Amino acid sequence: MAARTFTINDQLVSGREGETILEAARENGIYIPTLCHLDGVTSVGACRMCLVEIEGSRTLRPACVTQVVEGMVVHTDTERLRNYRRIIIELLFAERNHICAVCVANGHCELQNLAIAIGMDHVRFDYAFPVCEVDISHGRFGIDHNRCVLCTRCVRVCDEVEGVHTWDIAGRGADARVITDMRQPWGESTSCTSCGKCLLACPTGAIFRRGATVSEMERDPTKIAFIVAARDQRW
Amino acid sequence: MDLSELIEIAEHERASRRSIRIRCCTALGCQSAGALSLKQRLEEAATEVERQDIEVIGVGCMGLCGNGPLVMVDPDGVLYEHVRAADAPSIVAALDGGEATAPLGDPQHPFFTGQKRIVLEHSGIIDPERIESYIAAGGYQALYHVLHEMTPADVIDVITRSGLRGRGGAGYPTGLKWATVAKSHGNRKFVVCNADEGDPGAFMDRSIIESDPHKVLEGMAIAAYAVGADQGYVYVRAEYPLAIQRLQKAIAQARRLGVLGAQIFDAGFTFRVDIRVGAGAFVCGEETALMASIEGRRGQPRPRPPYPAESGLWGQPTLINNVETYANIAPIIRHGAEWFASIGTETSKGTKVFALTGKIRHTGLIEVPMGATLRQIVEEMGGGVPDGHVKAVQTGGPSGGCIPATLLDTPVDYESVQRVGSIMGSGGMVVMDDATHMVDVAHFYMEFCKDESCGKCIPCRAGTAQMLHMLDVIRAGQATPADLEQLEQLCLMVKETSLCGLGQSAPNPVLSTLKYFRAEYEALLNHNADRATTEP
Ligand SMILES: Cc1cc2nc3c(=O)[nH]c(=O)nc-3n(C[C@H](O)[C@H](O)[C@H](O)COP(=O)(O)O)c2cc1C
Ligand code: SF4
Ligand code: SF4
Ligand code: SF4
Ligand code: FES
Ligand code: FES
Repeated sequence: MAARTFTINDQLVSGREGETILEAARENGIYIPTLCHLDGVTSVGACRMCLVEIEGSRTLRPACVTQVVEGMVVHTDTERLRNYRRIIIELLFAERNHICAVCVANGHCELQNLAIAIGMDHVRFDYAFPVCEVDISHGRFGIDHNRCVLCTRCVRVCDEVEGVHTWDIAGRGADARVITDMRQPWGESTSCTSCGKCLLACPTGAIFRRGATVSEMERDPTKIAFIVAARDQRW
Repeated sequence: MDLSELIEIAEHERASRRSIRIRCCTALGCQSAGALSLKQRLEEAATEVERQDIEVIGVGCMGLCGNGPLVMVDPDGVLYEHVRAADAPSIVAALDGGEATAPLGDPQHPFFTGQKRIVLEHSGIIDPERIESYIAAGGYQALYHVLHEMTPADVIDVITRSGLRGRGGAGYPTGLKWATVAKSHGNRKFVVCNADEGDPGAFMDRSIIESDPHKVLEGMAIAAYAVGADQGYVYVRAEYPLAIQRLQKAIAQARRLGVLGAQIFDAGFTFRVDIRVGAGAFVCGEETALMASIEGRRGQPRPRPPYPAESGLWGQPTLINNVETYANIAPIIRHGAEWFASIGTETSKGTKVFALTGKIRHTGLIEVPMGATLRQIVEEMGGGVPDGHVKAVQTGGPSGGCIPATLLDTPVDYESVQRVGSIMGSGGMVVMDDATHMVDVAHFYMEFCKDESCGKCIPCRAGTAQMLHMLDVIRAGQATPADLEQLEQLCLMVKETSLCGLGQSAPNPVLSTLKYFRAEYEALLNHNADRATTEP
């Protein structure tokens, strides 16, 4: 595979042909915030946290799905991008009910980590306080829609890695919800194998292990990429 | 089927015409005002008088939909408006010197004379339910010509030189898009016609299909030949039952005559067309969401690149154009690239169809050369606001903006409209009078965008909801100047960070009303209030 040399934040870096800006940046130790991206499953460019500026490009581009091009000049940490990332996180906090102090994922939550990394000390928007369901019909896991950011990592991991497609999205816009099967309670899902991959993939406290209490939902989403690598290398 | 058979059908059709034709509009606008029973009464009345020289035919939209049902009598060109079924006998009697009870229309009104009809050339004239009627007007000869006398590269060259740009909103050069699809490699290629038309107030594409469905099919077939596709899809929303029905009929007739299907005109070219019915989500008009929907998946956009031209339906190169874009193809082939390029402005060639609605005397469908000014369209052709003055003209629907009355001399072409903060869009044009509050207008479109956001990306999903809420706070008189500033900031952020065109353009109605009517927002602000922002 041919190498590509380009610039990120005034630093000359190299990447491989076909690689994304995000992958190349990480290999070179450059941090780009992400939320919907999950190593091991397809990227969808949905959360817009990883947007970067590319000189000569009219629009901001998501680093997780944009391939590297020889000689491109990328900026990942400009004033404008920092401002927009903070607004994205604030919009998420205002959209549903994130009460960190009583959340199972407190201290182990990617949304919380992003808010801290970005320096979000308060939310400048009015909270929507929507009424959201908590479904604990499954014997081992639960889903709390108050905490869901609709990143679809659960949808993709269940479909692409477990090969089941229990999860999907129903509804549109602010009314969108992740659902199991044809919107049955999770416990009544006939497709779910109870493998727990969605639990591993979820960045927030939305999908949790039943019985877990505040701050106990620690998990390691990099295991997904490990499983995928193990599968792909078997023949 | 060969050329002589085509010409034979055309001649037979023309020869069987009667000298007096009573044309009754049966497009949806007039149908909803009772055109079907009217047409039946006209037929009965014509039979009763036992004259062999009269025929009654159903035709497509004549344009002045607001005054429907419309009836036009040839060859004298007498136009009747607001015709009731009860008026039918008198209209027939008027042919013998009687007096018609229906109000007379004025075919010499600027509404008609100001138009330049290319896309709508047959609309209101031919019977959209009979392929013979289209063939008699020269239909499918362009396709024959293309298949027998032009290479695909020749076709692309003509379309490129014509200067035609996509009529779906963005104005992307059509020839360039075709050339890209033609060059892309795939096992198969597809041609898609975007007839989703989700903008509130827009009905151009519906009317084109209802009035002249074969023209769209002929354009698609020519496109398929040019790019090397053998399968086409027309994506129409389910809310357009009449358009779907006429399209189905047209496809069946075209297949029967062999102008669609295998071995068209014995030229070794095969092209099939199927209809895909959408459930009416606005976002499904966005090309990648539309293709996901055709494939049977959830209608959600995906990041581009790859563009459909490279990787579209089932990963194959796919050409996607708007209804009106396809409707321009056969005329360009018939009259040549130079002819088309001589109409319009430097950068915007040809004509544009607009659905003229709102506070205006004559509502309906018009086709004007690019470069016509808003004033000509709104005041001369549309007859202006019935009582009051034009305050603003909204173009481009929820993705567009409001152009204030002071800028009515703006010529309507892609660049000029964009320069004043709106977009050409697909052709919705809503006229607003002084009684309209611009914050309400912005609110209306934002509510639409919020409801239609697919929810995939955060800036659009949560941003439109938040912008709508902020407009609510402003309208309730509870917002501070700082809130207004924050709204503006959020608008810019959503515009620059959203994944697809829906989110990227959702702030436009707010931004354009803020640009020209800021005072109306400011008058609502509460300068004494000190609204605390939410603490975590
Ligand atoms: C939210 C959204 C809705 C759209 N709706 C339509 C539509 O209803 N009809 C249409 O032709 N194009 C629509 N478009 C534009 C299409 O994505 C695409 O650009 C167009 O069909 C290309 O055709 P053209 O090159 O002939 O204009 C929409 C785009 C967006 C972002
Ligand atoms: S537990 Fe496994 S099978 Fe069940 S929904 Fe989660 S990922 Fe899918
Ligand atoms: S449940 Fe978790 S993984 Fe699934 S969409 Fe919501 S936040 Fe993402
Ligand atoms: S901009 Fe809106 S409609 Fe488009 S992908 Fe994002 S959420 Fe969906
Ligand atoms: S991580 Fe790239 S868009 Fe979400
Ligand atoms: S629908 Fe009859 S004139 Fe337009």
